[in-house]
Amino acid sequence: MPNTRLREGSINMRNPGRPLSPHLSIYRWPITMALSILHRATGLANAVGLVVLTAWLIQAADGPDAYLAFTRVMGSPLGLLLLIGWSLAFFYHLSNGIRHLFWDTGRGFEKRQAERSAWAVLVVSVMLTAAFWLVML
Amino acid sequence: MSLKSPLGRVLGLGSAKDGTDHWLAQRISAVALALLGSWFVVSLAMLGTVKYGNVIAFLGEPLNGVLMALLCVTLAYHSYLGVQVVVEDYVHTKGTKIALLIVSRFAHVFVAVASVYAILRIGIGV
Repeated sequence: MPNTRLREGSINMRNPGRPLSPHLSIYRWPITMALSILHRATGLANAVGLVVLTAWLIQAADGPDAYLAFTRVMGSPLGLLLLIGWSLAFFYHLSNGIRHLFWDTGRGFEKRQAERSAWAVLVVSVMLTAAFWLVML
Repeated sequence: MSLKSPLGRVLGLGSAKDGTDHWLAQRISAVALALLGSWFVVSLAMLGTVKYGNVIAFLGEPLNGVLMALLCVTLAYHSYLGVQVVVEDYVHTKGTKIALLIVSRFAHVFVAVASVYAILRIGIGV
């Protein structure tokens, strides 16, 4: 169907009928794509976690009572669940960040290599999280 | 083989004219955080507890206090750089974008200063 608006010279980005190149929803998710999206998501989660880390330090500086109030909230089932989630986000972002730094040297971009390092990141981040909580709990 | 023009190679700039500094700052702070972050989780694991007395004694050690302050400031810096890219990628309304970037910068500087202040209080004992 011809697009009159385009022919008039006004490019309307909101025109739903305009031809689109294939985007996210059309592809079967390769593992590398999932990890890339997770890297950004965990980065944002860690930004929120930074607020909790700061609150931890402030409450510690405020004295035993304030600190106890903080650990009581974060030690609750929901608090612990959040902390475990944040630690997983931290270890994931750390492991995948190292993968990114390795890529920055120009190596590891072959499809098989990228897929193998993706799985390695997943396994390592889960194992680090498990080991950390085994020690802490 | 490089596809860059000779002039482009001399200027060292891409089509965006800047951005290399942002990219580099993100990588360098990432390297710092890989070290500081590993130090922090290993230290926590070695403490094995987050009881008040143990945490205060740990953070009260000068070297630990300095490393913790460096960790918090670098986290805030790296986090700001990351959030900035996310905002620039997904927010396309100029006013909202600028407002979000300013709020994000204020929040990150606040977190950095507040955490360093708390670490100082623990170290000095006030």
